[in-house]
Amino acid sequence: MKKKTPEFSRSLILRALKQSLVMLNPLGLIKNPVMFIVEVGSVLTAGFTVWELASHTGAVFFTGFISFWLWATIIFANFSEALAELQGKAQAESLRATRAETMARLVVGDDIRTVRGSSLKKWDVFVLSAGETVPTDGEIVEGVASIDESAITGESAPVIREAGGDRSGVTGGTRILAGDIKVAVTSNPGETFLDRMIGLVEGAKRKKSPNEIALSILLIGLTLIFLVVVVTLPAFSSYAKTPVSPTVLIALLVCLIPTTIAGLLPAIGIAGIDRAFGANVIAKSGKAVEVAGDIDLLLLDKTGTITFGNRQAVQLLPAAGLSQETLAQATRLASLHDTTPEGKSALALAEGMLPTLPKVEEIAPVPFSPDTRMSGADTPEGAFRKGSDDAIESFIGRPLPQDVRHAVTGIGQSGGTPLIVVRDKEVLGVIHLKDVIKPGLQERFARLRKMGVETVMVTGDNPLTAQAIAREAGLDDFFAQAKPEDKMALIKKEQDKGRLVAMSGDGTNDAPSLAQADVALAMNSGTQAAKEAGNMVDLDSDPTKIIEVVEIGKQLLITRGALTTFSVANDVAKYFAILPAIFVVSFPSLEVLNVMKLATPETAVTSAIIFNALIIPALIPLALKGVAYRPIGASALLRRNLLIYGLGGIIVPFVGIKLIDMILVFMLTHVR
Amino acid sequence: MTAQDWIQIVLVAFLIGGAAPFVGHYLAWVFESPRIAPERLIHRLIGTDPDKGMDWREYAGALLLSNGIFFAAGFVLLWAQRILPLNPRHLSAMSPEVTFNTAASFVTNTNWQAYVGESQLSNFSQMVPITFLMFVGANTGMAALIAIIRGFVRSGTQSLGNYWDDFFRFFVRAFLPACVVMATVLVWQGVPQTLATSVVAHPLEGGTQTLILGPVASIEAVKNLGTNGGGFYNANAAHPFENPTPFTNTLELLGMLTFTASLPFLFGRLSRRPRQGWALFAAIMILFGLGFGAIEISEKAKNPLFASAGIAQATTPFLDGGNTEGKEMRLGITQTSLFSNTTIAATTGAVDAAMDSMNPLALMVAFSHMWLNEEPGGKGVGFAGLLKEVVLAIFIAGLMVGRTPEFLGKKLEAREVKLAALSLIVTPFLVLLLTALGVTASFGTSSMDNPGPHGFEEVLYAYSSGNANNGSAMAGLNAATPFYADSIGIEMLLSRYLPMLPLLALAGALIRKRIHPDTAGTLPTDTPLFVGLLVGFMLLVGLLTFFPALMLGPILEQLSMMHGVSF
Amino acid sequence: MKSLTTSLRATLLLLLITGFAYPLAVDAVGQLIFPHQANGSLILKNGVVIGSSLIGQPFSQPRYFHPRPSATPDPTGSGSVPYDASFSSASNLAPSNGAEIKAVQSFAQAYRRENGLPPTEPVPVDAVTASGSGLDPDISLANALLQVGRVSKARALDPSTVKKLVMEHAEGPQWGLLGARHVNVLGLNLALDAMKP
Repeated sequence: MKKKTPEFSRSLILRALKQSLVMLNPLGLIKNPVMFIVEVGSVLTAGFTVWELASHTGAVFFTGFISFWLWATIIFANFSEALAELQGKAQAESLRATRAETMARLVVGDDIRTVRGSSLKKWDVFVLSAGETVPTDGEIVEGVASIDESAITGESAPVIREAGGDRSGVTGGTRILAGDIKVAVTSNPGETFLDRMIGLVEGAKRKKSPNEIALSILLIGLTLIFLVVVVTLPAFSSYAKTPVSPTVLIALLVCLIPTTIAGLLPAIGIAGIDRAFGANVIAKSGKAVEVAGDIDLLLLDKTGTITFGNRQAVQLLPAAGLSQETLAQATRLASLHDTTPEGKSALALAEGMLPTLPKVEEIAPVPFSPDTRMSGADTPEGAFRKGSDDAIESFIGRPLPQDVRHAVTGIGQSGGTPLIVVRDKEVLGVIHLKDVIKPGLQERFARLRKMGVETVMVTGDNPLTAQAIAREAGLDDFFAQAKPEDKMALIKKEQDKGRLVAMSGDGTNDAPSLAQADVALAMNSGTQAAKEAGNMVDLDSDPTKIIEVVEIGKQLLITRGALTTFSVANDVAKYFAILPAIFVVSFPSLEVLNVMKLATPETAVTSAIIFNALIIPALIPLALKGVAYRPIGASALLRRNLLIYGLGGIIVPFVGIKLIDMILVFMLTHVR
Repeated sequence: MTAQDWIQIVLVAFLIGGAAPFVGHYLAWVFESPRIAPERLIHRLIGTDPDKGMDWREYAGALLLSNGIFFAAGFVLLWAQRILPLNPRHLSAMSPEVTFNTAASFVTNTNWQAYVGESQLSNFSQMVPITFLMFVGANTGMAALIAIIRGFVRSGTQSLGNYWDDFFRFFVRAFLPACVVMATVLVWQGVPQTLATSVVAHPLEGGTQTLILGPVASIEAVKNLGTNGGGFYNANAAHPFENPTPFTNTLELLGMLTFTASLPFLFGRLSRRPRQGWALFAAIMILFGLGFGAIEISEKAKNPLFASAGIAQATTPFLDGGNTEGKEMRLGITQTSLFSNTTIAATTGAVDAAMDSMNPLALMVAFSHMWLNEEPGGKGVGFAGLLKEVVLAIFIAGLMVGRTPEFLGKKLEAREVKLAALSLIVTPFLVLLLTALGVTASFGTSSMDNPGPHGFEEVLYAYSSGNANNGSAMAGLNAATPFYADSIGIEMLLSRYLPMLPLLALAGALIRKRIHPDTAGTLPTDTPLFVGLLVGFMLLVGLLTFFPALMLGPILEQLSMMHGVSF
Repeated sequence: MKSLTTSLRATLLLLLITGFAYPLAVDAVGQLIFPHQANGSLILKNGVVIGSSLIGQPFSQPRYFHPRPSATPDPTGSGSVPYDASFSSASNLAPSNGAEIKAVQSFAQAYRRENGLPPTEPVPVDAVTASGSGLDPDISLANALLQVGRVSKARALDPSTVKKLVMEHAEGPQWGLLGARHVNVLGLNLALDAMKP
């Protein structure tokens, strides 16, 4: 379930249409001053129409037609916003549907009571066993469980969640496959992330993001300018002894003020959040998505983000005078009952090297102990152990042989981890464990670099190892031997340089850094503290998802800029349609300005206003989908978008208005 | 276009492009090096601590207060002309509204003249209040610009600098010395400089001719170097005493650009981004060059309405043909076009030909320059206005690269956009509303000297010029009426300070912002693409605002003339 | 309060520097080094100032070359007094103004009449348009050459002599670079008088 894009079903469109009529309420519309002015114009022209009908004066048909299209302009704009809202709601509801009412077993003192899931409050503790559905968001306080999160993430592989660690979060609607856990509720009813998300798109809690506010101010400025242009036109035209009807003036005003972008602006913002949601990321605010587009620096944890969480054995290096087979045999025995991923991969590597795999019967596994920092097995053939070089040295009580020490150093320098294998204190050789870098990361980092985002890996490894991994993964930089508090310091240092920092994290010790970072993507699997500190939560718990969020943020800004440019550029053609129409009767020499050769002054004005209205629904798909982001460098991107939306914005209306004029002429001649 | 025309054009272009970087870098030194002795002396005399930084409010406050006092001093001295010395002709004071208009006009660097210099002002008035206001008006603009630039390039402080420090640095080390040098050269070429008022000559055919003299050269120098524009004589730089030779014509037009065209390079230096300076210079010069080309074509063209009278209008070796109405033969069309384009573009307003008799296409250029007012615009404020356009252009275009727009590493957010937009809307509001009043009320239309669209243009021009702090006029319009003197006087004050305050506030907002390092995702603002974008944005937004006015004015007039219609 | 006194003191200081020191310094330099120019480039004949080489004069007698039309107004406000140097002014007529077209037509007719030109003869544009200052001392070479016939007849001179004089008085471009070719009318007429009073 990667993308949950509901189709533009008929019912959705009908609901949006109904909603857009409700939104005609001027009290709501006044928040969008540009559209409010259109509404004032619509009311006025409607009034003119009625008056002309009653008094049998003026061009009733013309006035009425203009009024109709002015109303249509507002409804189209409302429709775009309603559609974006409903789309988001539909996504949210499809999720909410998965959360059918479940019963929860609430812990009350020593008792356990069965209550409705929806009645659970923050800090309540309930228990869960295999087969049960998690009733609400919470954090495991006791136990470990394997959970099927596919209802939320679409990912079918089960995940392990356990108390105490960084993977203690459970989400309502997921299902326990195995294990018994005790869970503390982390949010009150109606305040889960899902609820917040739904609230966000429903607009109840939607605040305009900073950039949206700035753009709105610019649009108001432009509107004021065009208002004064139109207000002064009657004075100019009276000097030129050419009266202009109020209907035409209103039509001109509506054509000039940036209705296209003003109409689509709310939809663009909502659609950005929708898109983040489509990528299974819940943004806590529109601002968070917007800021993601500005990120300069992305901090990535090595483990789990850049590399798979575990290392793999890739090579066996026998000590001097020993055969590969001897070492493989020893490795096999030392790892036979090792259940760690490293152990399993060492076993697999060793077994692949042996011609036969004799059955081992008398074996006593020695699990990893924090004291010796070794694991292995005792067999009739001897006591096999494996561990890090210093652990082994203290075990055998002397330094490693020269050749083995050499191999250990070599592995370390290449970014790998050496594991020494001994039999009864005799050093047999070294297992080369290597971090395995997730596939496809190099391309993603290259893409980020082109966006201007620098990638920095944070790891507790030594600098040599870190450098090797960073180079292999294609990262720009690394920060080695990092302690959790170092990450915070690093973020602050970069922010002091004026840079915006993004990171993803899941652990409680990540929480301060997440709070400090400008964009913080918390893993849904993470602790409650991390989720609270971040400004986005990824339901898939994929740390690299932040890259997609960056692109969504950029797309959001590009869409706004592109449609603003388009909207303003449109004005050129509208001037050429309307102004000659007004004055050509008095001054025939102005006919050359009628470059579109529009049939009559009335069809010219009407065509312009129809184009102005129709361009809004025509651009709704673009506003909702967003203008595609291409990591081709800022200049190339600008050139491309300027060409499409700037130059296109100048040319398209010339064509569109001419076409509408031709259709109007056709209709007028055939109707009469 | 003859070879002679091309030689002059190329020469002037070369001189502009060659001098601007040097002057810009010199100015950077003026503002960044330690104060020199005369400056220290001045600060001791006036009792200021030039090291005390001012935030934008303090800076704006000092600027407004000083300008208020400059204005008052100028008004009082003009008003008292009758009793002051150097007035052998016993000229009385001008009417209160024209005196107000003049003081407002000169303190705002507009230098709109509702009076006739040679017949209404004594030599004392020309020499003291007028020259004084010319200096301080221009100097104020420069100080404001420096403060505004600091907002863009500095960080981690609230201080935009010290107003008086900036004021006197420019005055002592650049403005005053340049004026002395230029005035001397002008005298050499024939511009009078004397305390004598007039000489009565006895022409060959009898009668008398009263030649008005005075401290012309000293005014002429500051008039151009300060992009002031107020001429000693009514005909301004068309008068042979103000502009005796083609060389003075060239010198004066270069004088207008000396400081204004160098400002991008000053900006490049102060921002430590020399390429940015070149880019802004390029944007200015594209608009400047386009304007010149259109004026040259317009004024070289034949008037179709003259055809029936049998007039030789074509250029031959014996005749520099074209629209010679209102032009001087020693200068010729090309020098006049170069000068006209410069004086309007640099908001000097000192015309060397009658704007009212220009062809409509040339007037269209003049209107566009005055509305944009940034190519390069007046001393300081023109470039500050350009920075406002940069902010707005980047805001829209910057979004299209998918980042919060930023300029020189500073993010442009709601507050910056609000202040820039506030500064932007002043022009359309003042020009359009006042023009609407002027062309409808009888007290407005009765001042018109020409009928039809040209009369409309006269009123539009007056308010465009007042708004742009330009000062040139389509002089047929009788602006000495109470209505025009008062309305233009108020307009000049509003249009000077209303856009300047938001820009100082913008600087105050920007200076607090962190400078964010450039990345591959940052929109570069020093590339040809950006220059094209900026020019396109300015033309689109500027011309969209005024398209109806242009259509009912110059466009209608031009098309009518092409159809053989006169008014 | 402090800033008010600062502003007042600065105003006083600036008035002294810009209103007195600066213009008087330029005055001193001008009167010392370029006294002729600084005092208006006056032309004296027998100790009497007959005009300035920079300022046009009215000429209407046939024996003189005529300057361009002048739009300098009468300072008393009634009609116009050509080449009134105390009130420089242009006509300020628009190229689209019917009055301008009429003026050009009547100037052209008068010009042809004065100079005995056929009605088809194109009249140089500078001869029918007023200058920017109303004090333009110059006319075009084409304009001067069309007047040669009239002047030589009035002075009983050989037209080729007068034509030669005109060509000798052709000025510009300055230093071969700047401005347009023109003839200074006063200078030319003085030369005529000098040649044959």
